[in-house]
Amino acid sequence: MNGPSYRWLAVISPLGLLLVWEILSRTGVADPRFFPPPSTIIRTLADMVRSGELPFHIGVSLRRILIGFVLGSVPAVLLGLAMGLARPLRALLMPIVAAIYPIPKIAIYPLIIFYLGIGEASKVTIVALSIFFLVLLNTMAGVLGLDRAYFNIARAYGAGARSIFTTVAMPGAMPQIFTGLKLAMGFALIVIVGAELLGSDAGIGFLIWRSYQIFAIEAMYVGLLVTAMLGWLATIALDWLERLAMPWRPTN
Amino acid sequence: MIATAPPRVAPITVRGVGKVYPARRGSFVALHDVSFSVAPGEFCAIIGPSGCGKTTLLHILAGLFPASTGTVEIPPQEPGRLVTALIFQGISTLPWLTVLQNTEYGLRHMRVSPAERRTRAVEQLRRVGLDRFVDAFPHQLSEGMRQRVSIARALATDPDVLLMDEPFANLDEQNRLLLQDELLRLWQENRQTVLFVTHSLDEAIRLSDRVLVMTSAPGRIKAEVPVRLARPREFRSVRQDPEYGALSAKLWEALRDEVLRARQT
Ligand SMILES: Nc1ncnc2c1ncn2[C@@H]1O[C@H](COP(=O)(O)OP(=O)(O)O)[C@@H](O)[C@H]1O
Ligand SMILES: [Mg+2]
Repeated sequence: MNGPSYRWLAVISPLGLLLVWEILSRTGVADPRFFPPPSTIIRTLADMVRSGELPFHIGVSLRRILIGFVLGSVPAVLLGLAMGLARPLRALLMPIVAAIYPIPKIAIYPLIIFYLGIGEASKVTIVALSIFFLVLLNTMAGVLGLDRAYFNIARAYGAGARSIFTTVAMPGAMPQIFTGLKLAMGFALIVIVGAELLGSDAGIGFLIWRSYQIFAIEAMYVGLLVTAMLGWLATIALDWLERLAMPWRPTN
Repeated sequence: MIATAPPRVAPITVRGVGKVYPARRGSFVALHDVSFSVAPGEFCAIIGPSGCGKTTLLHILAGLFPASTGTVEIPPQEPGRLVTALIFQGISTLPWLTVLQNTEYGLRHMRVSPAERRTRAVEQLRRVGLDRFVDAFPHQLSEGMRQRVSIARALATDPDVLLMDEPFANLDEQNRLLLQDELLRLWQENRQTVLFVTHSLDEAIRLSDRVLVMTSAPGRIKAEVPVRLARPREFRSVRQDPEYGALSAKLWEALRDEVLRARQT
């Protein structure tokens, strides 16, 4: 805890990259039409924040991600725990899960639009669907990896199925659940931007696509930058949640 | 001196118990034709070479899985009450529960109010010297302290039968002696039926009324040695008793060949 903090090192590499970019762009080594200097992008970003355009698109995407994330991960955790605990359920569902899991969910986006239209429902659905199997498999692996000793303790001390679910499987699989959730958050961002590129009238993906079409390259970069920032913030939020959910884990 | 309580009516009878585990090639016989009984309120120790099936036997008695052959008679669990409590060897606590929650774990499945749960758990934690650690998590404790938590968890349920699987094996000598004293005191106050697995000859003699010696795998009961030392058994008086030396020698004679045989397989 008291050792030297290397946190500042994490700032050096992105700043360095931006600096090199700035120089290359300003000296014309990199074509500033395609690689505008970061300072110009930041100015565009400030303008877009002031006009309310950027907060609007971020809000739209964020809402889709959050709703889709909850709708996808909550049932995934519950079913994953149940499949980890009950062998028959695993035998029954595993073939389906194994078959659907590797399909890139964005590939069935056209089908989803066909059924749900181009509105919010299709966006939320594609996010939920694309993270569901990931979280499910991680949760199940978390339960399966638990030492039998924990189940023995529970059973010897009177725990029924319900108590085993809440006092052994759920807390025991929590580290793996969070591994799944963190991966899922990345997937959610990728898929929502992708979906908004393909068919949408709002959101960060839409912003990027429209900016490209009207050749507002700076605005396009703003969209990319915001996507990166969202991913970074989501990681911080999940790390924080993880510590909150597992006070029992040794810190380092 | 503590008055010795009347024994609880909780006998254990094991008849012809065998256990076969599936193994990579065919199967593995862990127990073969094990028979013995423990009288109500008796303190019975089991010693045997490692791998001879002692843990398997206790797990069968605790009802974690059935025997492959034979029968066991043990007081059944009653709704809302834990009649038989097992103290595990090795991993003994749930790492995500605090010391207090671990100790309350059996009680939470019994008809016990949260307030009483806490009182009973804290009382037992005091007994094992861990009442200052109620809010700690297992990873913050030593292996021996975790083992003491699991002892407190068993005692908090006030069982009639205590199945103890090398409960003091990971404790330092001083704490082991203290906990042996505590266990003897508790047992004389309550007269539970105790089946106590240990690999320490000294511990078996100090604690029990009778020692069962098991063979190397597949485990059977090889010998039965009554321990007629006077109670209460003070550390000094036990060690100085000439009977102590004779018992030690007798147990080791029975055990020595089995340990040698277990080493060869
Ligand atoms: N679940 C299991 N599956 C297969 N073999 C097991 C299992 N549990 C124990 N064994 C084997 O049974 C034998 C007895 O184990 P155990 O009861 O733990 O012995 P002890 O407690 O006397 O050291 C050992 O050889 C062990 O490897
Ligand atoms: Mg053992």
